[in-house]
Amino acid sequence: MPEHTDRASDWMKGDGPFSDVVMSSRVRLARNLAGFPFLSKTSATQRREIACACRDHLMDSGIAESMLWVDLPDSSEMDRQILVERHLISRQHAKGGEPRGVAIALDESVSVMVNEEDHLRIGVLRSGMQLDDGFAHANQIDDLLEQRAGYAYSSRFGYLTACPTNVGSGIRISVMLHLPALVMTGEIEKVKQAANDMHLAVRGFHGEGTEATGDLYQISNQTTLGRTEQEMLADFQREIIPKVIEYEHAARQAMADRRTYLLDDRIHRAQGVLTSARLLSSSEALALLSHLRLGVSMGRIADIELGLINELILLTQPAHLQRIAGGRLDGEQRREFRAEFVRRRLTGG
Amino acid sequence: MKCDKCDQPATVHLIEIVNGKKIEKHLCEKHAVEEGVTVKMTAAPINDLLEKFVMKQTGEAETVERQACESCGLTWDQFRKRGLLGCPGCYRVFADQLMPLLERAHEGSNQHVGKAPRCAGAGELRQQRLMQLRRELDQAVAAEQYERAAALRDEVDHLEQDDT
Ligand SMILES: [Zn+2]
Ligand SMILES: [Zn+2]
Repeated sequence: MPEHTDRASDWMKGDGPFSDVVMSSRVRLARNLAGFPFLSKTSATQRREIACACRDHLMDSGIAESMLWVDLPDSSEMDRQILVERHLISRQHAKGGEPRGVAIALDESVSVMVNEEDHLRIGVLRSGMQLDDGFAHANQIDDLLEQRAGYAYSSRFGYLTACPTNVGSGIRISVMLHLPALVMTGEIEKVKQAANDMHLAVRGFHGEGTEATGDLYQISNQTTLGRTEQEMLADFQREIIPKVIEYEHAARQAMADRRTYLLDDRIHRAQGVLTSARLLSSSEALALLSHLRLGVSMGRIADIELGLINELILLTQPAHLQRIAGGRLDGEQRREFRAEFVRRRLTGG
Repeated sequence: MKCDKCDQPATVHLIEIVNGKKIEKHLCEKHAVEEGVTVKMTAAPINDLLEKFVMKQTGEAETVERQACESCGLTWDQFRKRGLLGCPGCYRVFADQLMPLLERAHEGSNQHVGKAPRCAGAGELRQQRLMQLRRELDQAVAAEQYERAAALRDEVDHLEQDDT
């Protein structure tokens, strides 16, 4: 398990470019080993063989100074949940007993899922808007792995993946955005519509199939065939994400100019509740932290770091909270502990 | 076959899976447009794509359903239910059927243009051979034919060494 589950990963620190709007950038590459079926058609033996081969390739390739391998079937449910909350594995990958695992760089900037939907899912995470850097790193890991593992590839369809929607470059570029002002002004619907027209997916904080909570939206590409990685990156880096950032900035400015009291009320009310509530559910905490984050990034609240809020967004999730408490808590106990924890961290107590 | 809604011949045959039940619709051009089944779709999630997959009648729909990949045994029908292919070979076996699906999912494209592995091309045949060997190896182990398994294992190792 990652060592410091009581604090945020580096990529969540909130110090990257455009961190007032962009929480994190992620690049993921889907790959499969040549000579094996995809996972829906593997025997138990083959599955184990793939897991072992991938683990060896990952641990021996010099991907990071220090790599951690987590064997998921042997891990506790709590540990797996921690990995999900830290965005190091998908929800789907946390389930089931078949041989599978994840290799994680010590700074958590890299996580490679083994035997998820594909044999390999190489993931790189960065704080703020750092897609070029994230892709360069993912690409380098891919090169290192390719020297050891032969990939399933065809010149016609590119990197072959279990689901045809990922075939080709196998790349998924995602940017996690904090868009509270677009939500408050109702303009967020236009963003969703535009994203849809551009063949982009818009998902919530927890990825596939989740609603956006805490005004957090993840925008990612769906097309992987017929366009180069560089073209896709350039779109995100120079067109799509800057437009959304600009839009959110305009909405923030409009709120500040025309709905000053409403804006400040939301922000300070959030601060008030977070620093005095005695019970907090995880969704309420996330919604309030979102408004507080808006206040901090607009300079309307002093003395609180963006990094602290990002950290609280992570640590107030159920598994992290219980890890900090040092044991299992039921729903009621969690709400109580969460309120106390948030209060303490925000008031410096 | 006549259209479900009028006497015109049906040219569009739609199979939808709703709550696990298969519902078939046969429509003429006009009613197909009215039903919205022939409109150009934007990139939709794969399951959506598959459920709404419109198959023009070619008379070989039945055989396509039952056609299986010789490497992994996956049938087109199984793919349509789960949305996942069984092995790299499936892309070759089902290339014709996959084409319209790929084009819809990838903004009209069906040809890769991005990154390629350094040793691309030469490996494709060997990949197929490796998969075949591994399958035989699995069967040999299952049947407790250990001598045969050992021989197959050697051959796999040999081929793999060539790979790197
Ligand atoms: Zn008709
Ligand atoms: Zn196959």
